[in-house]
Amino acid sequence: MATDVPAVKLIGWYGSPYVHRAEVALRLKGVPYEFIRDDPINKSELLLQHNPIHKKVPVLLHGDRTICESLVILEYVDETFDGPPLLPVDPYERAMARFWAHFIDQKFARPFWMSFWMCEDDEHKEAFVKEAKGNLAILEEQLKGRRFFGGDAVGFLDVAACGLAHWLGVIEEVSGVTLVNGDEFPAFCKWAKAYVNDDTVKQSLPDRDELLAFFSGNKEIYMALARATLHK
Amino acid sequence: MSPPVKLIGAFGSPAVHRAEAALRLKGVPYELILEDLENKSELLLKSNPIHKKVPVLLHGDRTVCESLVILEYIDETFDGPPLLPADPYDRSMARFWAHFIDHKCAKPFMLSMWSEGETQKESMKESKENLAFLEEQLIKRKKRFFGGDSIGYLDIAACGMAYWLGVIQESAGVSLASGEEFPALRRWAEEYTSDEAIKPCLPDRDKLLTHYVANIDKYRLMVKAPPA
Repeated sequence: MATDVPAVKLIGWYGSPYVHRAEVALRLKGVPYEFIRDDPINKSELLLQHNPIHKKVPVLLHGDRTICESLVILEYVDETFDGPPLLPVDPYERAMARFWAHFIDQKFARPFWMSFWMCEDDEHKEAFVKEAKGNLAILEEQLKGRRFFGGDAVGFLDVAACGLAHWLGVIEEVSGVTLVNGDEFPAFCKWAKAYVNDDTVKQSLPDRDELLAFFSGNKEIYMALARATLHK
Repeated sequence: MSPPVKLIGAFGSPAVHRAEAALRLKGVPYELILEDLENKSELLLKSNPIHKKVPVLLHGDRTVCESLVILEYIDETFDGPPLLPADPYDRSMARFWAHFIDHKCAKPFMLSMWSEGETQKESMKESKENLAFLEEQLIKRKKRFFGGDSIGYLDIAACGMAYWLGVIQESAGVSLASGEEFPALRRWAEEYTSDEAIKPCLPDRDKLLTHYVANIDKYRLMVKAPPA
């Protein structure tokens, strides 16, 4: 049997939730792809050539096409390949999914990150934790009793929120800061469990123990970065 | 018949212009509700509790926030000439460059205008590099607009470059580029701002200039301050 060379390649770094977004979208669509593992400390010519503007992953190579930015890649994968739709059909539901994905990347990300890595005695830490928990409450409300943000199946917004499902627990463990608990955020906790246990999602989630070791190893760097970017 | 459309906006906002331009290109009648951003209305705070910003599109009982999200909603909901291209790859390129404008161009541009010293110098260099990327994209397409022969999603997303860039530079007394540089962008800006559908929703130039001059101290303070 001839082996088809995949026309789709994905450049990624180990442990990146943004890369996971792209991988899970391809898997949900049943698209075979070759994963090219890059190194953020030592970026390849291939990456720099294909993403000269941001120099980041993921980068999707589809034949002679290059697509960068994980949310842009999600929409490209959804529009290009057959398979279950990632975005809802209704334009208003689509707008909501895009709005909340944007919220996760823009408003949610910083206080979330800073909550974990600021020093315990830093006066700003408490404010970040309060803001992060406020944002989690907003997302809790968005679930509206559904299994997934997308309804009965994993969709665009679930994939966009993947960092909160799998990486959150690991980062809480490494940093010693707990943001989420089942009492305050019951729907969110159920969603996170459902997401990481989905058969397709599981295939592209980094192993939890490996991820834990990875984040533990970088803890000092993250803390230094948090201090350095406090006033940026 | 489609429920009525209202747009909560504010004078001089390029983000609000994006939404207006899209509605006009689609031929959708709408009511513009002008906000005083120093004194935000209950309607705005209720409609956009997360960001408390404009524009906010109200379509019947639906609320849509974030200008680029609004653009896509308008494109998908109403008949009329498509704003995004048909091909998925071209669509992804339009989205990528719109994202580039909002996330990579905005901050260096503001710092170029309103900071000083080394920060300003570096920001001006970065802003010029960003303009060069956009110039290249326009030249590659060999068409009147980023969207092709007619105005599309990326042209609208880039409206700040077409109109606000010049006004803000004049208000700050800072010039990013000489008259010879970025000829494709200059020609495009002229075409965009003179389009019949676009012109009516561009703020009056003199009024906009006055607005930026009057607020310059505030902007200079804003770029110095740590993020909220």
